[in-house]
Amino acid sequence: MASAGRGKPAGDPAPGAVPTLPRGLEGQGGTPNALRNDCPQRGKGKQVPTWVWALPPVAVLAAVFLYPLALVVRQSVSPDSGGTSLQPYADVFASSAFREALTTTVWLSAGATVGCLVLGFVLALVIAFVPFPGGKAVARFIDVFLSFPSFLITLALLFIYGTVGMANGLWTDATGAHSGPFQFLTTPWGVLLAEITYFTPFVMRPLLAAFSQLDTAQLEVASSLGARPARIVRRVILPEALPALAAGGSLVLVMCLNEFGIVLFTGAKGVTTLPMLVYSKAILESDYPAACVVAVVNIAISVGLYGLYRVVSRRVGA
Amino acid sequence: MSGAAPPGAVRSGIRFDGVTVAYHGNVVLDSLDLTVEPGEVMALLGPSGSGKTTALRAVAGFVQPVRGRVFIGERDVTHLPPHRRGIGMVVQQYALFPHMRVEDNVAFGLKAQKAAKGQIPGRVAEALAMTGMDAYAKRYPRELSGGQQQRVAIARALAIRPDVLLLDEPLSALDAQLRSGMLTELARLHRELPDVSILYVTHDQVEALTLADRIAVMDRARLQDCGSPQDLYRRPRTEFTASFVGNANLLPVRVGAGSVLFGDTELSVATEEAAWGAMATLCVRPHLVGLGPGPNALRGKIAEVQWRGSTHRLYVDVAGHRVKADVRELRVTPALGDEVTLHFAREDAVLLSAGVSDG
Repeated sequence: MASAGRGKPAGDPAPGAVPTLPRGLEGQGGTPNALRNDCPQRGKGKQVPTWVWALPPVAVLAAVFLYPLALVVRQSVSPDSGGTSLQPYADVFASSAFREALTTTVWLSAGATVGCLVLGFVLALVIAFVPFPGGKAVARFIDVFLSFPSFLITLALLFIYGTVGMANGLWTDATGAHSGPFQFLTTPWGVLLAEITYFTPFVMRPLLAAFSQLDTAQLEVASSLGARPARIVRRVILPEALPALAAGGSLVLVMCLNEFGIVLFTGAKGVTTLPMLVYSKAILESDYPAACVVAVVNIAISVGLYGLYRVVSRRVGA
Repeated sequence: MSGAAPPGAVRSGIRFDGVTVAYHGNVVLDSLDLTVEPGEVMALLGPSGSGKTTALRAVAGFVQPVRGRVFIGERDVTHLPPHRRGIGMVVQQYALFPHMRVEDNVAFGLKAQKAAKGQIPGRVAEALAMTGMDAYAKRYPRELSGGQQQRVAIARALAIRPDVLLLDEPLSALDAQLRSGMLTELARLHRELPDVSILYVTHDQVEALTLADRIAVMDRARLQDCGSPQDLYRRPRTEFTASFVGNANLLPVRVGAGSVLFGDTELSVATEEAAWGAMATLCVRPHLVGLGPGPNALRGKIAEVQWRGSTHRLYVDVAGHRVKADVRELRVTPALGDEVTLHFAREDAVLLSAGVSDG
């Protein structure tokens, strides 16, 4: 069939024949192959350089993020006395308020992260490997939970454990006492509880995804070889969950470092974290250079941790 | 008391005693009575959903029977957790622990069973040597081929010196050439471990026929037939066995005196157990059907011809039924629609009476 058109004019094909071109003209137009070759040729001469395509996202990023960030950094080296110097850094680093805020931020974040990892691992284990009615619904609720604002959890804890919350109300009703025993919510422990409650699902989500990929035959074989459940968790499940734990833990650590709403909503007196210090310096004291210094430190810690996470996750193969 | 084996008791062998397994009321294993003798290789052969893997999982302790009991040796293990049953298990996808080196995979069971630390390296080396994987002890599973991974999985199961070895379609993930080699290896391993009872689940009749001392044929959650490979192949008791093991021709016949009637054709076969005048099924293996005139001749038309290298598979329509014949490679292949004559010897046919037929 294909030869039927050879030597004939391209516009006069035999009835029913596949349209082809005379020898020597293939690839110059008319056939599907030639059409494919048209594409790069059409672009020749007026091809847009690839870097041009990077401009719109970079411009948007610069407008909404990089420029304000640059302003923050510039403000941090612009003391009220004028000029450019590192004096605001020296002043902030020398203040006990900053050192306390840094210490509080680090231990709260580290504590909340450890709590989230332990609680999240145990809960994810139960949801993934212990069949119980409604297990799938619980797993789906984890996804919904991730969309909740942080203050909502704090508000719920206030309703339960607040000074005039349900727990204290029940206690005072039952004993006739003037106040209930649950007063921890306005202490650092209250912040820690709220952060663990709120951030645990952020550890569970990647863990549940990792557990769903785990070959259950490995667990069965381990069991048949004589391993008890605790050994299977320790020697089989945990090592394979490490990348997910590292990912979830790093995310929670960074989020805890930058958490503002939970600390504000618990109303914990004496619990000043770096974001709270930024707020009080900027809004309450109008000390913008100091606020920007604390903000820059906060950003540096977050970016540093992110870098560490990348290095660790690459090593463990996440 | 279940679990504890009395001193001197037989530790090997498996016994299913009326075992029924059901999920949400759906019976997936129905009243299985089966005994695997100490040192015996029993193949559970059947299609998907026949209940063979469920039976293996009942021995391993991963499913709990709703009725019946499972014994390993003389121990009633029905309610024992898997880690206390003392079994070795190999599954289709190897299930090696990816974060452990080969030697750590093999040592896993020994450590779990708290074997003396000084013994572990020797036992690991012994198991790896037995499977020819001693040169790969320091590798990770991802650095091994499929066949090598399966050898490690077998070494891991053997390292704990189990009384019972459960193999769940262990060769299904391997290509045909590797599978053939591994079959030979498994047969050798069994010769080296004559006391270990092996329950071998497969849907591949070649694996079952090659390796097993006996084959239990399963279908639709029930045991259909059980016997030596030769018995099942030559004297199947049910249509299912005849069809699943060897893909036999099954022809509906009416029993006469020393012969049967297939359509209008009288065929000479042994009919000693069949009732005169009853309907029955005649079973003839395709490779025992010859092309050309002979005893028990059947005339029919060629419906399909398949070349299979050393043989031709002919599909011939005879009296409204399709008969398969595997004949030595033909120099001149018949055309579709050609009339041909098939034949088979009296002693190559088995009559399945309606009573034992599951059909």
